[in-house]
Amino acid sequence: MPSQLVNDYFRQENLPHIWCSGCGNGIVTRAIVKAIDSLGLKKDDVCVVSGIGCSSRASGYLDFNTIHTTHGRALAFATGIKLANPKLNVIVISGDGDASAIGGNHLIHASRRNIDITTIVYNNNIYGMTGGQYSPTTPCGDKATTAPYGNLDNTFDLCDLVKGAGATYIARSTIYSPNMIQKQVENGIKNKGFSLIETITSCPTYYGRKNKKGDAVQMLTYLRDHSINTVAYNKLSDEEREGKIVVGEFHNSPKPEFTQLYDELIKSMAKED
Amino acid sequence: MTVRLMQGNEACVEGALKAGMKFYAGYPITPSTEIAEISALELPKVGGKFIQMEDEIGGMATIIGASVAGLKSMTATSGPGFSLKQENIGYAIIAEIPCVIVNVQRVGPSTGLPTSPAQGDIMQARWGTHGDHSIIALYPNSVKEIYEITVRAFNLAEKYRTPVILLLDEIIGHMREKIDIDDNSKIEIIDRKKPSCPPEKYLAYAVREGEIVPSMASFGEGYRYHITGLVHKETGFPTGNENVAEELVNRLTSKIENNVDDIVTYDEYLLEDADIAIVAFGATSRSAKKAINDLRAEGYKVGMFRPITIWPSPEKQLLELSKNVKRIIVVEMNSGQYFLEVDRIAGKNTLVEKYGKINGDIIKPEEIEAIVKEGHNA
Amino acid sequence: MPTNTEKVVTVNLEWCKGCGICVAFCPKDVLDLKDEKIHIKNINACIKCGQCELRCPDYAIWLGDR
Repeated sequence: MPSQLVNDYFRQENLPHIWCSGCGNGIVTRAIVKAIDSLGLKKDDVCVVSGIGCSSRASGYLDFNTIHTTHGRALAFATGIKLANPKLNVIVISGDGDASAIGGNHLIHASRRNIDITTIVYNNNIYGMTGGQYSPTTPCGDKATTAPYGNLDNTFDLCDLVKGAGATYIARSTIYSPNMIQKQVENGIKNKGFSLIETITSCPTYYGRKNKKGDAVQMLTYLRDHSINTVAYNKLSDEEREGKIVVGEFHNSPKPEFTQLYDELIKSMAKED
Repeated sequence: MTVRLMQGNEACVEGALKAGMKFYAGYPITPSTEIAEISALELPKVGGKFIQMEDEIGGMATIIGASVAGLKSMTATSGPGFSLKQENIGYAIIAEIPCVIVNVQRVGPSTGLPTSPAQGDIMQARWGTHGDHSIIALYPNSVKEIYEITVRAFNLAEKYRTPVILLLDEIIGHMREKIDIDDNSKIEIIDRKKPSCPPEKYLAYAVREGEIVPSMASFGEGYRYHITGLVHKETGFPTGNENVAEELVNRLTSKIENNVDDIVTYDEYLLEDADIAIVAFGATSRSAKKAINDLRAEGYKVGMFRPITIWPSPEKQLLELSKNVKRIIVVEMNSGQYFLEVDRIAGKNTLVEKYGKINGDIIKPEEIEAIVKEGHNA
Repeated sequence: MPTNTEKVVTVNLEWCKGCGICVAFCPKDVLDLKDEKIHIKNINACIKCGQCELRCPDYAIWLGDR
């Protein structure tokens, strides 16, 4: 028997998972499950929706109501599920490409609507499933199979993006700090509105190898040494801020939630009759 | 009994509500927009929900999500939107999620003629999404029939756990006719089969003996299971096994192809003694009817076969027809899409001709009359 | 954490992909890799902190019941 947590929440028959050696996705997935466990949610009341890509395979390993959808559309599927059954705790698991490239439109509009969905983006700075092409979060200058001379694109700051779009809970953490991921997912689920948790994870196989970032241990050590909380970051000079990954809770400001507003509309119409 | 003057698109929503629609998601597009507008107005009154999504793809994905959570769901669109929805229509096919997609056809390709009628999406309805699959597509031709066939679209979606495409065209979508919608208490409503076994015994994609499709639990009902667009085993979990892949794709196709007698409906008009048959559907069949009446008055033995189920095509009936008439003329507002299907079925027994139009102009009765006479004299 | 004293570090070699994360982040140098799989080289040094379980991406090492 595996650990109690894995035994209680994972579909044993589907493990070991398909992720490469040293891939951080398993760390994030465990932290999400730990958050669900710590909140005491009933498994029947949890729905995990994922898109396409490495991270999106997570849904198949988890013993909840799970749906592995089409590329970029997890949030649109999740919107239908949540609106149809607001009692479900709907959690979306997505990657950087899935959430911010092909699914970028749904990300900003789910934020705008403030629908009660907790989205965890596994940001590994690359398209891993297809073998290492650059994504909207691949740093400018870094290499990918489709950026053999270095990436010319600028990156998205996903947290800033959803802040501008209207998300009500926004946080970032790295796989070096699984407990921080857990806490942020807990708070994201507790927020009755749209929550985005960006977790910086590592892809040693494609992003790491292509950019000479070292093995899994070296990539994890890098995340440890370069992440910094907002308060400390704000005290730094511009030069000192270079290359830092800012982690922590950036925004937690509830406002009316979409499915609740719709249910109130239905109730008000019933009264009129 | 209340007789109302109703628009085709409105009758579609009324039919959907009668069938039990509780969820609509979509994106505005001419000439289907009234379906969204009326759904937005009516759904909250019956405890249902409407959402205007950020794009067409989102509209399709969202109705699949709502259906997974247990609500009968619909979206409506037109050509450009229908193109955008195709990937997720394929998802609904492989994951066997009941839903209804209305396509009020306009002239394409691309933006084409947004406010003009066409019947150019006949083949897209059949083959729009990638990969081998079967599909159900229905095509009514009057406001009353739009109401009835929309109910049927939901029933078939639920019964066969598949997306059903309801084809309309700009003419019948925007046409107004009188319709009595109170006299419909006898209309049958079908709901998806739910599992009766305990959750630990539930195999989400296993077909039980004597059933056509797997029973479907809604998310949140205690049956925790997995849905994916990947080829999957009976458990719902993905696999790369070649045998499983072949079995699954065959089952998805045969659940429709083996039940054509249940799915196919059609209408025949003055075919008993006819030696010329016009095959037409939707708005075009209305012009054809007028043409037939005029031609009959002049002594022509002409009738009409009108498929209401476009896909799967009424193969048996068309084959029979091909043995009884000397000419079949397929009249459609495209350059011969359904002609290909009719010719495939009937071409070995009789002469199959086509008459099409692709400029946004309606096919008028006189044009059909001329075609019939032209060939007759030749 | 008194409950942890009842626990013992446990491995599942079938799930281990040999990434070495648990080895590198173990504060007491309890672990190493042998034939590209996790190996407990010094169980007596283990303080049952759970860092290995927290960080293992493959759920192949955890504090299990004794």
